[in-house]
Amino acid sequence: MSSQFLQFLISGITVGATYALVGLGFSIVYNSSQVINFAQGEFVMIGGMATVFLMAAGAPMPLAIALAVLLAVVIGFALGKFAIEPARGAPVVSIIIITIGASIFLRGAAMLVWDRNLHHMPAFSGSDPIDIGGAALLPQSVWVVGGMVIIVAALQVFFSHARIGKAMLATAFNPLAAQLVGISTRGMLLLSFALAAGIGAIAGILIAPITLTYAGVGIMLGLKGFSAAIVGGLGNPMGAVAGGLVVGIAEAMTAGYISSAYKDAVAFLIILAVLLIRPSGLFGRRESERV
Amino acid sequence: MLLEIDNLVCNYGRIRALHGVSLSVEEGELVALVGANGAGKTTLLRCISGVQPAGGGAIRFAGDDIIAMAPERRVRLGIAQAPEHRQVFGPLSVTDNLLLGGYTRSRAEVLQDMEKAFAMFPDLKQRRRQAAGTLSGGQQQMLAISRALMARPRLLLLDEPSMGLAPALVAEVFDAITALRDAGVTILLVEQNAFAALSVAKRGYVIETGRIALADTGAALLEDDSVKSAYLGI
Repeated sequence: MSSQFLQFLISGITVGATYALVGLGFSIVYNSSQVINFAQGEFVMIGGMATVFLMAAGAPMPLAIALAVLLAVVIGFALGKFAIEPARGAPVVSIIIITIGASIFLRGAAMLVWDRNLHHMPAFSGSDPIDIGGAALLPQSVWVVGGMVIIVAALQVFFSHARIGKAMLATAFNPLAAQLVGISTRGMLLLSFALAAGIGAIAGILIAPITLTYAGVGIMLGLKGFSAAIVGGLGNPMGAVAGGLVVGIAEAMTAGYISSAYKDAVAFLIILAVLLIRPSGLFGRRESERV
Repeated sequence: MLLEIDNLVCNYGRIRALHGVSLSVEEGELVALVGANGAGKTTLLRCISGVQPAGGGAIRFAGDDIIAMAPERRVRLGIAQAPEHRQVFGPLSVTDNLLLGGYTRSRAEVLQDMEKAFAMFPDLKQRRRQAAGTLSGGQQQMLAISRALMARPRLLLLDEPSMGLAPALVAEVFDAITALRDAGVTILLVEQNAFAALSVAKRGYVIETGRIALADTGAALLEDDSVKSAYLGI
C-alpha cells in the first residue's frame, strides 16, 4: 500500500465517519416518521458553532461541547414538537418541505445570533500528526472515528436492550401495533428528532477542528449524510454507517487521484448508481414476513 | 358496565362506516360481534382502541368517557387489542414482542406474565428467540393474543383471530379463547366465523352495514333464522 493511498484512506474514513453520524440521524428520524429531515445538517452546524462561541465566551471545552449538544437536542425536540407534530397526517412530502423550511430558518438564525465567518475549533488533543507508514494521521481523526464507533455501539445497545429503544424499532415496523400496545408514537417521533439532533451535533463538533465550521456548513454535510443513509438503505442505521464510509472514502480517493473539483459530485454519483442497481440500498431491509 | 358504547358514529373520509352503534360489555363477559366483511366490525374495535377517531356518540370505559383519549392512555386504563392480521412486530423476537405488549407495565410483572403465556402456548416458548415474522400464521395469532394479554387488560379486544388459519388451528385458537373466558378475562370478540364465535360467547351482536341488527345471547342468536341463513349457511 503506498503511503499516498493510505493518506487518502485515512482522510476518507475520517470524513466518512462524520457522514455516517449524520446519516444515522436521517435513518432514526425516517424510521419513526417516514420523514426525511432535511434540517439534519443544521444540527451538525449548531454543534460546531455553539461550541466555538461558548468557548469564545470563556467556557472550558468539555462544558462547551456538552452545552452545544444539549442545545441541539432541545432544538431538535422543538422542531419535532412545533413544526412536525402539528403537521402529522399531512402527506410526507409536505412534512419534508417543512423540514427544508426549518433548515433555512435555523441557518438564518445562526447567521443572526452568531455570524457568517469561518471559525476554527482547537483539536481535542493536539494537532501533531502521528506517522503511519508514511501517512499522517491527525489525532482529531482518531477522535472522529472513535466517537462514531462509540455512538454506533451505544445505539446498538439502546435498540437491542432498552425497552424504549425496542419501542422505537416497533414503531418503525408497525405504528398501528405500537399504538395498540401503549407506545406513544408522538413521543417516539419527538425522541427520534432529539436523538438525531444530538448525534448530528456530536458529528459537527468532532469534525470542526479538521474542516472549520460556519453557519452554512450544514448544507453539504447534510446532503452527504443523506447520501450515506440512501446508499446504506434508508431506515437501516447500520447501513447508514457503512454508506457514510463508502461515500467518504470514494470522495477522498476522487479528490486525491482525479481532482478535488469532482469531490462533491462523487457522493451523488454513488447515490445514482445505488438507486439504479439496488433501489433499497446496499443494506436495504428485506421484508421477510409470513402473512 | 365495563364498556358502554352509545350511538357511536365513525367516518372513513367521506364514507360513514358506523351509523350510531350501541353496545355494551360487562365485566367477565365474552361478547361476540359478528357480521359480514365490511360491516364495520374492525372499525368499531379501532374506535374503542382510539386508533380511529370517532365522529360522534360516546364510549365509556369503567365509567370514564374515553372517546377523545389517546390510544396509549386507553391501554393504561386496561384496553388491549389483538388486531386484525395479527400485526406482530415481525423482525423482533417473540420475547421482545411480549415485552412490548407489557410496555405500560413494569418489566418484572411482564416477565411473570410471560411465563404464564408460555405455559398456555408452549410453541411460543420454544420459539421465543425467533423473529416473530418467521412464525406460522397460527403461532403469530397466539403471539398477538399473548402480546395483548401482557398489558393485563381489563378488556381484551380480539379482531378476527381465526382469519386465514387452517381448521385445526381455528379450533386451537378458540380453545385458547375459551380458556381465557373461563379464567375470567373480559373479551369482545369480532369474528366472521359466526358459528364458532357465538358458540363460545355469552352474548352476541350482529352488525350489518354499520348498524347493530340483532343483539341477544349467543345461544339464541345461533338459533335465530335470519342469522342461520345469513351467517351460518344453514
